[in-house]
Amino acid sequence: MTPSSHLPVTRRNFLGGAGIVVAFSLAGMSTARGAATGEAEPSGTGAVSVLPDDLQPFPYLDSWIRIDADGKAQVFTGKVELGQGIMTALLQVAAEELDMPPNLVSIVTADTTRTPDEGLTAASHSMQYGGPALRLAAANVRMLLLRTAASMLGVADTEVSTMGDGTIRASNGRSIPYGAVAASLSLHVEAVADAPLRQPKSYRSIGQSLPRLDIPGKVTGGASFIQDMRLPGMLHARVIRAPSEGMKLALPPRAEIEAIPGLHAFVQQGDFAAVVCEREWDAVSIMRQLMANPSQRQDENLPVGDIASILKPLPAKDYVIEKVSHPTAKPVKRLEARYTRPWYSHGSIGPSCAIAQMVDGELTVWSHSQGIFDVKRVASSLVGMPEDKVHAIHVQGAGCYGQNGADDAAADAALIAHLLPGRPVRLQWMREQEFGWEPLGAGMVTEAVAELDASNRIVTWNYDVWSPPHNTRPTTANGVLAGWEVTPAFPPAEKIPIPMPAGDGSRNSNPLYALPNMDVNFHFISNGPFRSSAMRSLGGHLNVFSIESMFDELAKAAATDPLDLRLDHMEDARARAVMMAGAEAFRWKTRRKESKFHGFGMGFARYKNLGAYCSVFLEISVEQNTGAITVLRAQTAVDCGEVVNPDGVRNQVEGGLIQSLSWCTREAMSYDTQRRTSFDWSSYPILRFQSVPIDIRVDVLPKPGEPFLGVAEASQGPTSAALANALADATGLRFRDMPLTPEKLRRALITL
Amino acid sequence: MTISLDVNGERHTVTASPDTPLLYVLRDDLQLNAAKYGCGLGQCGACTVHVDGNAVFSCLTPVAATVGRRVTTLEGLGTAEKPGILQQAFIDEQAAQCGYCIAGMIMRAQSLLSYNPSPSDEEIRQHMQPNLCRCGTHYRIIRAIKRASAVLANHQNKGDAT
Repeated sequence: MTPSSHLPVTRRNFLGGAGIVVAFSLAGMSTARGAATGEAEPSGTGAVSVLPDDLQPFPYLDSWIRIDADGKAQVFTGKVELGQGIMTALLQVAAEELDMPPNLVSIVTADTTRTPDEGLTAASHSMQYGGPALRLAAANVRMLLLRTAASMLGVADTEVSTMGDGTIRASNGRSIPYGAVAASLSLHVEAVADAPLRQPKSYRSIGQSLPRLDIPGKVTGGASFIQDMRLPGMLHARVIRAPSEGMKLALPPRAEIEAIPGLHAFVQQGDFAAVVCEREWDAVSIMRQLMANPSQRQDENLPVGDIASILKPLPAKDYVIEKVSHPTAKPVKRLEARYTRPWYSHGSIGPSCAIAQMVDGELTVWSHSQGIFDVKRVASSLVGMPEDKVHAIHVQGAGCYGQNGADDAAADAALIAHLLPGRPVRLQWMREQEFGWEPLGAGMVTEAVAELDASNRIVTWNYDVWSPPHNTRPTTANGVLAGWEVTPAFPPAEKIPIPMPAGDGSRNSNPLYALPNMDVNFHFISNGPFRSSAMRSLGGHLNVFSIESMFDELAKAAATDPLDLRLDHMEDARARAVMMAGAEAFRWKTRRKESKFHGFGMGFARYKNLGAYCSVFLEISVEQNTGAITVLRAQTAVDCGEVVNPDGVRNQVEGGLIQSLSWCTREAMSYDTQRRTSFDWSSYPILRFQSVPIDIRVDVLPKPGEPFLGVAEASQGPTSAALANALADATGLRFRDMPLTPEKLRRALITL
Repeated sequence: MTISLDVNGERHTVTASPDTPLLYVLRDDLQLNAAKYGCGLGQCGACTVHVDGNAVFSCLTPVAATVGRRVTTLEGLGTAEKPGILQQAFIDEQAAQCGYCIAGMIMRAQSLLSYNPSPSDEEIRQHMQPNLCRCGTHYRIIRAIKRASAVLANHQNKGDAT
């Protein structure tokens, strides 16, 4: 019997050890999951008789689906397209359960007057939680269509079936199109939990790589993005801020600004200021002119030095994440290590943009925010208008990967439009504003102590993680820049971490491995040196990096293959399958170092320990004189449950892999004591084409009938870990502090 | 001042100060969506268009510098109904995530294929180096360029140069 088989089934400490967190996580869940808890997991009981979480607050079918007399279906989702392909995948889910061809189905994404409020489009939740809601709603509609058709055709309910082409056929050969049935059917009825779902063996849409709906427009110059929206009479605004958060710009007197040629209006409220022009380039030019005025730091100076010495002394609230204790054999080897990552920028290629218009006492905001219902709440509180007079509509922007400047820009635009009613106002942040003001992905530190017994079992696992917040998503004006600038200001809310199991800086800090003794602690630093919020995978990135690096360090100490050490400590069958499938495809067992500075590494995680499983295998070479890494081969294997759109999953996993390589090897927000100093792509370099792996393969394991598991963030942690492990294999040196830049590597390798 | 421009084979007259970046004229005056504002610094390539067949950063190019020259934007390569060869290749490879960088990517790639219809992988990577993608779609973009290259070669073999 292995020590781990003694572990109690409920060993995970879901409550994060803090009563306040428990209470918080259950509050306000009825209408808006995103509003209070950011990216927390829904609180559903999982019982079959209960509607899926996203369906509970909006049980009426016509909130989700309408069928026109011409037989076309319109689907409404509170989720939004971020470039992750969710619009197409959700449409496929609806088409499947309606049993209609996808081309007869259209989809409307988050719009506060038209769609259900499904909270944020974040945390890889859309398919895992939004999918089942839409799916069951569609299954209910199909059930009602069948019943109504049966009575119209004069046959029993059991004598009719849908044909996949938008018609229903009776056993007597008569058939009727959906449109004719829908005309005499009200969908203003509540969903039932037991509507029959279509079965995998008869799927027509789920499992198909339906081409993305939005790509043809995007490759031909269609009006695909909010940046492409042009409303009649639209004005162009630029918000005027200092170069970086924590600073304040001294502006000349109002009259002087208003005399600048080309200016339509200068908008000022407290410390908030914006210029509004008829022509966009005039707005840019005037903004630049005003930004030439001096700026001064308002906040205390930024701490400089290594990240551990900055973060660890800061006041922190401690949470016990995992504490298990079992008798084991005596340890014979002990390893200790510290791992870090810097502050990251989301680095959206398109800086944030928003459009707002105030007409007849109603405010409309168009935004690419991930939380469009929160955009409405924020705007409403910021300008002091009732929520029913504020309307927010999602329009696509550049990929955001978390909370970039989108919510701030939306609030900025709302405030400008409120102060300047009538014409629509388009606000575009500039590149340097995005770098200077967006919430960053938090810098973090972890420390791990692990011990092996004589038979290479891990008998001790002590782990600590220190992190500023990964979720400061705004739900009122107290969470956006404009709210802090107006008079009277909205003071920032107290920051509370997302509770486990989703976790914040603690995300994925509890190893999925079966370890007999674990002491995992999260030190939440509510006030870090920078504004920080959600960035793809949150704390999961460094936690997986740390756990998976330590596993390789242990494997080396034990003189064991890193894959074997993992499998020896993993009981979850799906996790094992994903590791073994990736290893098999990569030919891990027969790998051979071809030269000095050539090597292999792997990483694994189940995202949040409740989303998709992902293993990553890399083969790399490193150039000794430059420290440049070439990734020769990247192989991943993924289990995300039932796969709706296989190519969509591959695209997300492959994109996450490349993005994670970029984070791991070159990215860091630079700063001095006064300000963020990264303001462009040369001071914040990201990966370019010549550093993309030579070969990338993503294997998606088929899991028909299994629940959907969120996949979009699954490769972030494992990839960075696999790279560090491959580097250790290639060079014999262990690199624990990201970014592993060529310069850092060169300095270490040149002496070898 | 009044400036006359040749964009996608059509003549346009706009009123703009001569130092206005071409990008703003294309987007705001001509209402063309494809070229995107990304950095305004010539570092990301989202604004890439062609001037006399060469890829340029329209965010850095003063509109006055394009007088008497041919400007081509992504819209000049095809439409959603009738996409050009590269555009079709990007659709076939599903070579986009958010797609914000894609117009610039296609224009950058088009300039490569126009003088080197059969580039190697390394030539593609090198040529595409100025353009940034944050979603990590690079590998698919490389595949799309190779696919377009293969289509071009096939056309040439059939004596069809279009």
